[in-house]
Amino acid sequence: MSPTETKQEYQVIGKRPVRHDGVDKVTGRAVYGADVQLPGMLYGKVLRSPHAHARIKSIRTDKAMSLEGVKAVVTAADLPDPEGRTANLGELGDVPLRNLTRNVLASGKVLYQGHAIAAVAATNPHLAEEALDLIEVEYEVLPPVMDVLEAMKKDAPLLHEDLCTMELGKKSDHHSNIASHQTFRRGDVKAGFASADHILEHEYRSATVHQGYIEPHAATAVWSADGQVTLWCTTQGAFSMRAMVHQILGIPVSKLKVIPTEIGGGFGGKIPSYGEPVAALLARKSRRPVKVVMDRTEVFMGTGPTSASYVKLKMGVTRDGRIVAAEAMLAFEGGAYPGAIVGAGGLCLLAPYNIENLVIDMYDVVVNKPKTAAYRAPGAPNAEHATEALIDEFCELLKMDPLEFRLKNASKEGDVQANDVRFPRIGCIETIEAARASDHYRSKLNGPNRGRGVAAGYWMNAGLTSSVMARLNADGTVTLNEGSTDIGGSRTSIAMQLAESFGIRAEDVSPSVVDTDSVGYTEVTGGSRVTFATGYAAYEAGQALRRQVVEQAAKLWKVEPERVLFEGGVLRDLDDAAKKIGLPELAETLAHRGVDIGARITVTPQKVGGVFGVHIADVEVDPGTGKVTILRYTVVQDVGKAIHPSYVEGQMQGGAVQGIGWALNEEYVYNQEGKMLNASFLDYRMPTSLDLPMIETIIVEVPNPGHPYGVRGVGEVPIVPPLATVANAIAHAVSVRLYEVPMSPPRVVKAMLAKK
Amino acid sequence: MRAFDYAAPKSLNEAVSLLSRRGDRARVLSGGTDLIVQVREKRRDLDLMVDVKNIPELSEIRYEPAAGLALGASVACSRIYEHPVVSRVYPGLVDAAFLIGGIQIQNRASLGGNLCNASPAADSIPALIAHRAICVIAGPNGGRELPVEQFCVAPGRNALQAGELLVSFRIPAPPPRFGANYIRFIPRNEMDIAVVGCGASLTLREDLKTIAEARVALGAVAPTPLLVAEAASALSGSAFSSESVDRAAIACQAAARPITDMRGTAEYRRHLVGVLTRRALLKAFERAQEAANAR
Repeated sequence: MSPTETKQEYQVIGKRPVRHDGVDKVTGRAVYGADVQLPGMLYGKVLRSPHAHARIKSIRTDKAMSLEGVKAVVTAADLPDPEGRTANLGELGDVPLRNLTRNVLASGKVLYQGHAIAAVAATNPHLAEEALDLIEVEYEVLPPVMDVLEAMKKDAPLLHEDLCTMELGKKSDHHSNIASHQTFRRGDVKAGFASADHILEHEYRSATVHQGYIEPHAATAVWSADGQVTLWCTTQGAFSMRAMVHQILGIPVSKLKVIPTEIGGGFGGKIPSYGEPVAALLARKSRRPVKVVMDRTEVFMGTGPTSASYVKLKMGVTRDGRIVAAEAMLAFEGGAYPGAIVGAGGLCLLAPYNIENLVIDMYDVVVNKPKTAAYRAPGAPNAEHATEALIDEFCELLKMDPLEFRLKNASKEGDVQANDVRFPRIGCIETIEAARASDHYRSKLNGPNRGRGVAAGYWMNAGLTSSVMARLNADGTVTLNEGSTDIGGSRTSIAMQLAESFGIRAEDVSPSVVDTDSVGYTEVTGGSRVTFATGYAAYEAGQALRRQVVEQAAKLWKVEPERVLFEGGVLRDLDDAAKKIGLPELAETLAHRGVDIGARITVTPQKVGGVFGVHIADVEVDPGTGKVTILRYTVVQDVGKAIHPSYVEGQMQGGAVQGIGWALNEEYVYNQEGKMLNASFLDYRMPTSLDLPMIETIIVEVPNPGHPYGVRGVGEVPIVPPLATVANAIAHAVSVRLYEVPMSPPRVVKAMLAKK
Repeated sequence: MRAFDYAAPKSLNEAVSLLSRRGDRARVLSGGTDLIVQVREKRRDLDLMVDVKNIPELSEIRYEPAAGLALGASVACSRIYEHPVVSRVYPGLVDAAFLIGGIQIQNRASLGGNLCNASPAADSIPALIAHRAICVIAGPNGGRELPVEQFCVAPGRNALQAGELLVSFRIPAPPPRFGANYIRFIPRNEMDIAVVGCGASLTLREDLKTIAEARVALGAVAPTPLLVAEAASALSGSAFSSESVDRAAIACQAAARPITDMRGTAEYRRHLVGVLTRRALLKAFERAQEAANAR
C-alpha cells in the first residue's frame, strides 16, 4: 500500500456488489443493438466497394428499386453536400465534414475495400441483400496505397487530390498522403547522445488490427412525419452520435433523439457513425422504421481498425543505466481519411521515463484501408512497444535487471513530459516496485525454450464532460440516470460512488443509461474517463441529495441543518435523541408533501490521473513450429482507487488479452490489390479462452488527488505493455528478437532459422 | 441468403433419386457446418438441400473385430470419439474428430461431410487415409467403392458422379502392433483451420522396433490431401529411428506442393511438413508399442 493512501473507511467503495445489469445480460434479456424491433420495420443492407481504390464513374439503382419488397435505395446523393463545412467532434476537435459524410456513403471515389456506396431497405434482409446485387456501379480502378511508408513517398498515388500536409501546425502547399507532421522536442538531443555510453536504434512495425468487439454495429431509425428522428444504436457516446448525425444529415439537434442500447464491446471502435445516418436516410425515404445491422465481414472491412505503424527509435544510455537521449519517428496509418491518433502515441512513447533530451516526430498518413478508429489507449501500444523492447536490449547489454533499469529512470511527480507538461502525482515507481515484489517476478522459470519478459506502459486518460440525474424515490431508494454508455460495468461503479457519497447501499441505487433527451450532455465512453468523470458527477449528486435530506429533516424538526446527522440510513438530531427518522420514512413523507429530492449534475473535472502498468510474461516457444505459448502472465497496475475491484481486474485482464492477441497473431492480411483476405474470426486470430492462462492481477492504489475517491481510469493502459512484454519473453526464450508484430509462428520460425 | 428447397429422405433410394433429378443444383446436407456457411456467404448456389440424417445407413456405427468398422457418413464427430470401441481401435480418427471446429461443431459435423467438402485442409482426410478407409458410394447405377485418397479431385471437388451419395466408410480392423496419429498445426489452440495436417500410421514387426508397414498422409499442402508413398517406402522394413523418420520427413517435404495464402507461406508450410511428419510418426510409433503391450 502506498504511503499516500488515506486511511478513509468506505462503506461501499472497494466492495464487490453484484452488478445491476448482470442478470439481464447472463439470461439473454438485455436489449442490444440488433434486438430492436418496431412495427412495420424494414431491413437495411449496405453495398460496399470491392476495390481498395477506385473512382466511381456511375451508380444505377433503378433495377434494385424495382425488386418486389424494396422500399428505398439511398446513395451519397441523398446526403447534404458537406463541401467546405466543418464538423465539431468534441474531444477530437474540428474535422472537415466531408471526411465524416464521405465515409458514411462514398462519393467520387472509394478509398478502401468495404467503403459503403449505397444502401437498400426491404421487407426482409434476404431481399435487401438480393437488391444490392442489382445496384450497378461502374468503377475506374486506381492503384491502392497499402503501407504507411509507401504512402509517404513523393511519387505515391494520392488518395485525396487536395490533401496538403499540416506541417507543425501550418498548412503546407504540397499535395501528399501525409495529413500532418507534429514534433515534440525537449533539451539538446545531440549533446544527450554525445554523453551516452551506448546507443541503440531499431525500426518497429505493427499491423492493422481490429478491436474485435463481439457485437457488430446496429442502428434502427424512425423518421416521423413531423421530422422527428429517433435512433437506437450501439454506441460509445449517444451525444457524440447525435452530434455526428445532426451534422451529416443537416437536421437540428432538437429533432434528433439517440437511444443507446446495451453495447457488446466497443474499445473505441463504436465512437464513429456508420449505419446510423444511413438507417435514418432509408427511414425518411421509405417512411418506415429501418434497421441496419452489420455482419462480421462488414465490421472488419467497413469499420475502423487501429493504425498500422512504423516507429523508429534511437536511445542513448549511460553505462550505469540512465537514459540520456531519445530520438523517434512515428508514422501511423490514418486509413482512408486523416485522423491517426499518433499524437497520443508520441506523448506516451517515453512517458514512463524521465528523459532530458528528446525529439519525437509524428506523422498521420492516409492509406487505402478503412478509416482508423480509436482502439483502447489508441497509439500507445504500437509506440511503447518500441521503447520497452529497446530498453530490454539495453538491459541485456548492461546485464541489468529490467525492473531496476526502469526504476532508475522512472517518471515521478513534477517531471516534465514530452509535451512540456509536468506530471501530477503519479504511481510509476510504486507500480514497478509492486511488480518487482510480485510472486511471479520472484519465481524461477526453468526449462528449454522458455523465457520471461517485462515491459511497462503509460496512458494519460481523459476527463471531459459527464452528467447524471439522481432522484430520491418515496421508499428511500435512488434512481440514477447517466449519459455514459456502459461498456465495462461502469454503471455499477458509478452507482457505488453515488451510494458512498449519499450514504446508502449500492443496491438501493438503480442506475440507467438513458437517451439524449433524458440527461445532460455527456462525452463518449472513452479515454478511461467514465468511472473518473461520470463517477465524479455521481459523487456530486450524492452530496446534493445528502444536503437536501438533511435540510428537509431539519425543516421537519424545525432545527438548524447543522444539528442533523445522516448516518447508517438514519437522520438524527445531534442535540435531541428522540428526533430520528429513517431515510425511507423521510422520503415517503416528502413525497406526500410534494417535495422533490433530486440532483442534476454536470461536471468537467480537469485533474485527470494518468496510469502506469507493468506486465510480466513467461512464454515457451515451440522450436519446430514457432508457436508461442503463454505460461504465466501478470498485470501490475496503478488504478488510483479501485471502486469495484472485480471490474478493475476484468479491465486489466481484458486489456492484456487484447494486447497479447496483437503481439502474437492478429493482423489484417491484404493481397496485392488491397483486398482483405481474412475478414472473419476464423482467420483474424484473436486469442480464445483456450489459448491463455488465467491472467493474474496486482492492483496498486496511488490515489488521484483530482478525484474525491482517488479514481484513475483503468481500462486502457493494460493493452499497452503486452507487445513488448511478449517480445522480450520470446527474446529470452530463444535468443531471437522480432521487431514486427504480430510475432506469428512463421515469423518466429523464420527468425530462428535465420539465426542458425 | 436466397430461398431453396429442403428434402429429408428416409432411404438411400429416395435420396439417390432426388439427387439424380436435381443434378448439380442439389447438394447433400449433413451437419451443415460447411454447406450452410457456403450458401450464406454466396460461395455456393443451389436449389435443393437433401438432408441425409434420416437415412439409417448414414448414421450407423458398426464395429466387428474381423470386418472392421462401418462408419456412416453423417455420424457426428462427437459420436466417434465418445464411442468406447472406436475411440480405442482408431486413434487417428479420434485425433481428427476431436480437432474439427469446437465442441458445438463436433456435435454436428461429420467425417462424410468433411470429406465431401474436399477442402485440402480437411482434418479428417489424412487420418482416414492413414487408417486405409474406403468410401462406400450409392448411386443411380448401384454402389461402388473408392479409397479415400482417391476421393478428392480438386479443392472443393470430389469424385462423386451425378446422383451419387457417400454412404459410409469401410475401415479395416487394424492389425496387431498398429498405431496411428493425426496432428495439425494451427496458430491458436482451437477454432482454426490446419496450416498443415499430417496423418500417420505404423504397423510394427514382433520385435516392436522394425516397421512392417507405414502410411503417411498430408493435408493443406496440395490441391487435395496427399498419400505420400515415398514416405511409406522410406520406413517399411526399417527400424524406427531418427534416420528413418528423417527420410520419411524429407520424402513428405519433397511431395508437398504448398501454396502461400493468409494461413501461411509455401516456405513455412514445407518447413512444417517436416516437423509434423516427425511428430506424427513418433506418436504413431508410441501408440503401436502401447497397443502391442496392451495385448
